[in-house]
Amino acid sequence: MALIEIENLTKHYTSGGETVAALAGVNITADAGEFITIMGQSGSGKSTLLSVLGGMNHPTSGEVAMAGIKLYDLPGEKLADFRASHLGFVFQSFHLIPYLTALENVMLPLAIVKMATPAKRTAARTALERVGLGKKLDRLPNQLSGGEQERVAIARAIVNNPHILLADEPTGNLDSRTSDEVMALFRELNDSGQTVIMVTHNPDNGRYADRTIHLRDGKVVDA
Amino acid sequence: MKLHTISLNNLRRRKAKMAFLTIGLMVGIATIVTLITLTRSMSSDIERKMDEFGANILVTPQSNGLAMNYGGISLGGVTFDQREIRETDLAKITTITNHKNISAISPKVLGGITINSHDVLLVGVNFASELKMKQWWKVFGNEPKGEHDLLLGTDAAKVLNVAPGDRLTIRGETFTVAGVLDQTGSQDDALVFASFKKAQKLLGKEGKITLAEVAALCSGCPIGDMVTQIAEKLPDAKVSAIQQVVEGRLKALDQFKRFSYAMAGVVVFIGSLIVFVTMMGSVNERTTEIGVFRAIGFRKSHIMRIILLEAALVSLLAGFLGYAVGMGGAKLALPFMAEAKNAKLLWDSWVAGGSISLALVLGLAASLYPALHASKMDPTEALRAL
Repeated sequence: MALIEIENLTKHYTSGGETVAALAGVNITADAGEFITIMGQSGSGKSTLLSVLGGMNHPTSGEVAMAGIKLYDLPGEKLADFRASHLGFVFQSFHLIPYLTALENVMLPLAIVKMATPAKRTAARTALERVGLGKKLDRLPNQLSGGEQERVAIARAIVNNPHILLADEPTGNLDSRTSDEVMALFRELNDSGQTVIMVTHNPDNGRYADRTIHLRDGKVVDA
Repeated sequence: MKLHTISLNNLRRRKAKMAFLTIGLMVGIATIVTLITLTRSMSSDIERKMDEFGANILVTPQSNGLAMNYGGISLGGVTFDQREIRETDLAKITTITNHKNISAISPKVLGGITINSHDVLLVGVNFASELKMKQWWKVFGNEPKGEHDLLLGTDAAKVLNVAPGDRLTIRGETFTVAGVLDQTGSQDDALVFASFKKAQKLLGKEGKITLAEVAALCSGCPIGDMVTQIAEKLPDAKVSAIQQVVEGRLKALDQFKRFSYAMAGVVVFIGSLIVFVTMMGSVNERTTEIGVFRAIGFRKSHIMRIILLEAALVSLLAGFLGYAVGMGGAKLALPFMAEAKNAKLLWDSWVAGGSISLALVLGLAASLYPALHASKMDPTEALRAL
């Protein structure tokens, strides 16, 4: 059974009386341990696809299943619980909390987990060491470079050992050298077994992935 | 890392905003504490005076006359045909059911007398208790102490043409004018006060009294019941409660209380509004942050807890500070507001607990909508990157 199964996914938005199909009958499967990039022009529906995959955007129709669980059949706050235990997010603009240190930012997903604080600290320290920031635990985000902030964001996404890592344009705000470093890190994580689904508009990033899915006008044009 | 870590760190980051919020709520709480403490201290001061100095029950003979009167006694010129109450009857007052509520019984004897060809009203009193009861008396000269000392009202002194230190002869006995009262604007201005026993002898009323003032030792005690009980013991006497002065003072205080509470309510409402507006602003500023929380799996209840915990911490601080500032304000204001300079400030743990609890309740109530608003934020809208 595939880890991710998307069947006939449709998402419509209504704006000013007009209905726009952001996704139109998308079918995708992904196995555990795959590194998939989703590419497309602006407005192709790739960010919408990622938000639906992330359990944050109810589809208009279709099914999304992860690890055998139909995501949008989950009641109420169970969807939030699913995100907390199964998914990790890396956002385009890092979205680190400015008043928390690097260590505290990485511990954030563990704030709602029943775990002793020393164990949380150890898990966060390990995640930061894994992304090469073991010596910058007490830095605030504004004391870190763009690449370092991206690494902290990645560490935050993997600290709770998610099944799937979802990344939205993680190199969008970085220079090419730093982008390569970050992509190499994602490759490294994938080599150790992490499933990665990444949205990117940069065709160079596709070479790090196992396969690339192209979207145009809300439809998959090749997979 | 726990949810309260997020709340505490956010408060540390936004010191100025949270200080503004704290001050807004603190002012409301301080106002309430000051006004409640002031009115309670002032009430306590008045009640204490009423207990110590105030006669609030008057015992007089039954009378149909309505001529010149002192405490309800009809005089009819220089003579009157009132029946006096026997002095021994006074002891019966101490046998009523509520005798423990009686703090003092002050008998008086009245009668017309001629001094230096002038007809005056002589009042026999116990000077110690009379001076204690009539705090508004200002005595020029000395307070009378001995049996042959007299105290004159200002008009009586003018008519008799005497000053403190002068001597007067009354029915062959020589008396000293110990002091003269400053103008009171009441019947006291025309009277001559002598010691109770000497006045009884001069007026030929040994063993008799004309009226008695009874002080009930309590606030809120059953004055009506006590009047009935005393009347049963003294069937020949008219017993009435001196409601007017007491009720007048309490009415004024009551009005002040109601005005104070209304003012406090307005100030508290404004304080709550400040909390609401500040918290809404804070939530709107943190849209992206809340979006991150929701995206990484925080439930709506987690978001609410973060916001409400911040509000609770600020409100508790405002409560403590408000109580301290309020009591300080009451301490400064009481000497100007109370009748006596030595009026005591009441310290009450209920007011302390109540004011801190009120701050907490108001802060949480005013933050409830902002917290709900934050919890319902759509994470994709909040983040805009997904």
